[in-house]
Amino acid sequence: MNENPETTSDPETTSDPETKSNPETKSTLDTTRTAALKSPQCAIPFSENERVSMTHGGGGKLSQRLVDEIFFPAMENSILHRKLDAALLDCPNGTIAMTTDSYVVTPRFFPGGNIAKLSIYGTINDLAVSGATPVAISAAWILEEGLLLSELKQMAEEMGAAAREVGVPVVTGDTKVVDRGRGDGCYITTTGIGIVPHGRNIGLNRICADDAILISGTIGDHGMAIMAARGGLPISTEIFSDCAPLHELIALLVRAGIRIHAMRDPTRGGFSSALNELANAVRLGFEIEESCVPIAPLVRSACEMLGIDPWTVANEGKFLLFVPMDEAEHALKVLQNHPLGRSASIVGRVVQDHPGIVVGKTPYGTQRVVVMPSGDSLPRIC
Amino acid sequence: MKHLREYRDGDIADSIARSIHESTTRSWSIMEVCGGQTHSIMRYGIDQLIPKSIQLIHGPGCPVCVTPIETIDRAHAIAEQPKVILCTYGDMLRVPGSRGSLSGLKTRGCDVRTIYSPLQACQIARDNPNRSVVLFAIGFETTAPANAMAIKIAKTEKLKNFSVLVSHVLVPPAIEMIASDPACRVDAFLAAGHVCAVTGYEAYHRLAEMYRIPIVVTGFEPVDLLEGIRLAVLQLERGQAFVENAYQRTVAAEGNPTAQGVLKEVFQITDREWRGIGTIPSSGYALSEAFRDFDAEVRFPLAWKPVECTNCRAGDVLRGLLKPYQCAEFGKGCTPDSPLGAPMVSHEGACAAYYQFSQLSPKMNASP
Repeated sequence: MNENPETTSDPETTSDPETKSNPETKSTLDTTRTAALKSPQCAIPFSENERVSMTHGGGGKLSQRLVDEIFFPAMENSILHRKLDAALLDCPNGTIAMTTDSYVVTPRFFPGGNIAKLSIYGTINDLAVSGATPVAISAAWILEEGLLLSELKQMAEEMGAAAREVGVPVVTGDTKVVDRGRGDGCYITTTGIGIVPHGRNIGLNRICADDAILISGTIGDHGMAIMAARGGLPISTEIFSDCAPLHELIALLVRAGIRIHAMRDPTRGGFSSALNELANAVRLGFEIEESCVPIAPLVRSACEMLGIDPWTVANEGKFLLFVPMDEAEHALKVLQNHPLGRSASIVGRVVQDHPGIVVGKTPYGTQRVVVMPSGDSLPRIC
Repeated sequence: MKHLREYRDGDIADSIARSIHESTTRSWSIMEVCGGQTHSIMRYGIDQLIPKSIQLIHGPGCPVCVTPIETIDRAHAIAEQPKVILCTYGDMLRVPGSRGSLSGLKTRGCDVRTIYSPLQACQIARDNPNRSVVLFAIGFETTAPANAMAIKIAKTEKLKNFSVLVSHVLVPPAIEMIASDPACRVDAFLAAGHVCAVTGYEAYHRLAEMYRIPIVVTGFEPVDLLEGIRLAVLQLERGQAFVENAYQRTVAAEGNPTAQGVLKEVFQITDREWRGIGTIPSSGYALSEAFRDFDAEVRFPLAWKPVECTNCRAGDVLRGLLKPYQCAEFGKGCTPDSPLGAPMVSHEGACAAYYQFSQLSPKMNASP
């Protein structure tokens, strides 16, 4: 298990919940009710008969536990342990970045994209936010018996077109077919490699206090588009996935000379999950101005109606950007000059306080803790 | 969404909060009845805006929290049957029964489906004529009309493979139970706006008068909540106790007569057990005689005796006797990932709301 700040006990904290903190709670949060929370959060090990549930795939705490408690210990090595979007492999003439991702989305075609396009863009984005220039991609297809060949052809063409669009060839691949009922039509796994040019130094270790945090555009579009496309929902199908390749936009920032400290694409688990992962990894606090987080009106109303927090909904064409505070405005201009970054926004900053914790500042002068989502968003009852 | 903007406006919220500070001279305990209100209070930090002397007590208005363990076990037993499709709202999936949760059953291959509208369950029944489709119909007066409509449609279409497991509960009897308790610490109630949108608020006049307690019909946005608190404080400070409507844009005194008509046709009032609280007389709905054929409780008997987790103090939390963080298991043995009780699962659950929005390092206050 990773080092967890919550596992250390703090003798200074009172355990008496009735003790009131000073009245200036607008700036310092009331910790009395949180005293009980010092205990380990992942202390309960997997039990013998526990099974994989959908929540393990939701990008929240349980997804993290799968990685931390099952995969990492089994395959322990220093590169894996850095937990980056793409592994960085030092070579004599530079650094190779390598990443892999599987795509199991239903429906396969949705407003704004499809599984094949997504499998290219997603992998390109993992390379791009790692500071790498994508070089080549591999694609493995798992097909379910009975899939229409015409649909397969259409998906292959979509993949080819997306690869050409980003200028990165699909150089190798594999196909397997499983019995009907053993797969959901089609699954795709792509692996990408890229090169991090000499001298480019982008990584989580560079995030430091007083960095500005930017988001390249509206959040929650992809996840809500998928929910709407699945049908049966009283929400608009006019919501489009933001599925897009980010390498060009990121290259613009590099060319503009912005000192990028780190980037992350908030895919599964959304904005909240990505921020929490990063804050926890760098042991610094993040402060987010809630009113600055861009959310498209249709996405916002769909989320409100279903009781889903848009901060926890997946994105496929956005990234979080960490830059020194004095370069934030410049970076924002660069982003906003590109169609994919038009609604970019400076959303917050990195602080020394409350390490590992993301704090949301509301328009009311109050604060709340933004927690790692538990797993799949469950629409509420009323 | 534009219409909501003024109810989230920071300046308006600020001026109402200031007015509450100016009016408050004493300590008051105000209970927001609905879990949706609890969620908003924690989400927007409303408790940080009001005077320290006003304590907000979280009420029992979380539908999945009060659904009795026996009903959850019954849903469990139904979902385990071959050829059954159990349709449920998402919140219910992770609520622990005595043999685990419905989401646990799902991992073992049972067909449990999350629905967003009860009409989806009718469609699933039409699409799967050879399987038995059971709608897990829980919730307050807010969800009951839509569930009632689904049952009516099933009857009209003679959907023989459709049935409902009904566990609907009603708000006014719960308020009365709390107000009449000699240990009651509540000085005023914020009534649940969405429930009143269906039922109206005529039933509350008697309660306000009898128990000398202000009842303010309140909405869910920050400005709504602050306005509800403000009106409650004004009544308390003046020694008044009557019913007031702070949610006029949604709630009419008489409620929604159409919805009430459907409810009257499909359901009849019955005693209901509230999880953690006990049985409250005339506090729930059961299917009326004309719709009894659709009762899943009759079709599927429960073969085991439910066992409640002894460490969970959800009942005390739901009655406003305990703050979630005062429970020994809070954040330790009980988290949203492995909840001991329903209030840690649901969006409307007080424990989940506290866990979600107030989980903070003890170091926070030590910062310069």
